[in-house]
Amino acid sequence: MSLAKKITTGDRRALARALTLIEDGAGASERILAELHAHGGNAHLVGVTGAPGVGKSTLMNVLAQSLRARGVTVGVLAVDPSSPFSSGAILGDRIRMRDLAGDKDIFIRSMATRGALGGLAHATAAAADVLDAAGFDHVIVETVGVGQAGVEIAANVYTTIVLMAPGSGDDVQAIKAGILEIADILVVNKADLPGAEQTRAYLRTMLMMGKSAPIGAGIGASAEPDDNHASGWKVPLLTTVASEAEGVDELLRSLLQHRDYLQRTGGIDRRQRKRMRAIVESRLRNRLYTRFLQQVPQRRLDTLLRAIVARETDPYSAAESLLQELD
Amino acid sequence: MSTNPIRVLIAKPGLDGHDRGAKVIARALRDSGMEVVYTGLRQTPEMIAEAVLQEDVQAVGVSILSGAHNALVPRVIKQLQEQDLAHVPLFVGGIIPDDDVAVLLKLGVAAVFGPGTPTTEIIAAVRAAIEGAAEHASS
Repeated sequence: MSLAKKITTGDRRALARALTLIEDGAGASERILAELHAHGGNAHLVGVTGAPGVGKSTLMNVLAQSLRARGVTVGVLAVDPSSPFSSGAILGDRIRMRDLAGDKDIFIRSMATRGALGGLAHATAAAADVLDAAGFDHVIVETVGVGQAGVEIAANVYTTIVLMAPGSGDDVQAIKAGILEIADILVVNKADLPGAEQTRAYLRTMLMMGKSAPIGAGIGASAEPDDNHASGWKVPLLTTVASEAEGVDELLRSLLQHRDYLQRTGGIDRRQRKRMRAIVESRLRNRLYTRFLQQVPQRRLDTLLRAIVARETDPYSAAESLLQELD
Repeated sequence: MSTNPIRVLIAKPGLDGHDRGAKVIARALRDSGMEVVYTGLRQTPEMIAEAVLQEDVQAVGVSILSGAHNALVPRVIKQLQEQDLAHVPLFVGGIIPDDDVAVLLKLGVAAVFGPGTPTTEIIAAVRAAIEGAAEHASS
């Protein structure tokens, strides 16, 4: 039985193996993903992001338990940064998720970013697809979202939960980073700490201001309107104390409401199409460039580069001339 | 040889609360380029085996400073065997008397590291065990 087939029958060992192959970019990974594709498209993909230390893993722990209490199966991808110096990583998110142990309907996998800069590893989207095909109802991706990094996670999931904590200077980050724009659900965690109410009030003001701003005018905005703004999803602003499991029921309700909302308005299909397009484009880009490199000898490239540095030609004309030489 | 990072798991089974050693090792392994899944304290043998399975790590290290190694390590080994993970090299770190070290090695533990073992030695041992396991698997 192929690895992909085993995964669809609930073989967790095969699932773990496949995730490794995909992370490592092994030759077999595309075959596995291709075979699994028909089995996917059912899971609700959720992103949980926020600055380091706001309580993402703790919140994931109680949120996953809450989902489990409703009989929902959960796959978790916990992404942590790789060291840019050693390429190693400490993947410590499991520490906070000990309550999820021993439940075969929860699967937790830690991933290092391995040089990717957007908060996700290159393989995270594919890993989420594997968990989807393995039959998990919800797949939650957790990663550090500082500044612009949160935007990448939002592009890869259907519901993005942005977590903030009081008094950590996040309010300034919120304006700078576009964090508010990517949030489908905004949560102030550690709501028992001083400053929580100010943070909440501040965010409420920011949310209201965001509504009156022009839609879709940003850099890189797609031709389609953003789902939330298009049909009127009101971003809830919640408070939680994750370490006490306070406010989690409300969060779960909002999560399920957003999922229902997307399903009703065709938002899931739109986001799926966007994701798939991004995957196809990325593959094409890599393949075409690899094919290009195979056709152009290194010597030719070196000669051109020398000429460019010597200012005999410019990089733009050089690229053009290389393109002309391709079949 | 693969250029992808080695993935290992470090866990503290039982009730032992002294985790500084485990964290020092975790950081050293990270600085040598490994991805270290660190599960923290109070792990049961079942939890450790489950984590090894889900994370598909190439080696697992347990840190035991409480003296409970004779009870805990065999249970960890048993859980790994039950999950069909007996091929994953298992390391034990902590305060282990020499007689007990011999017993652990006989049980199949790859190596036992006492306090003060240079991290370079640990890193080399982990790499060697993983390479050995890989060769064994492909033969």
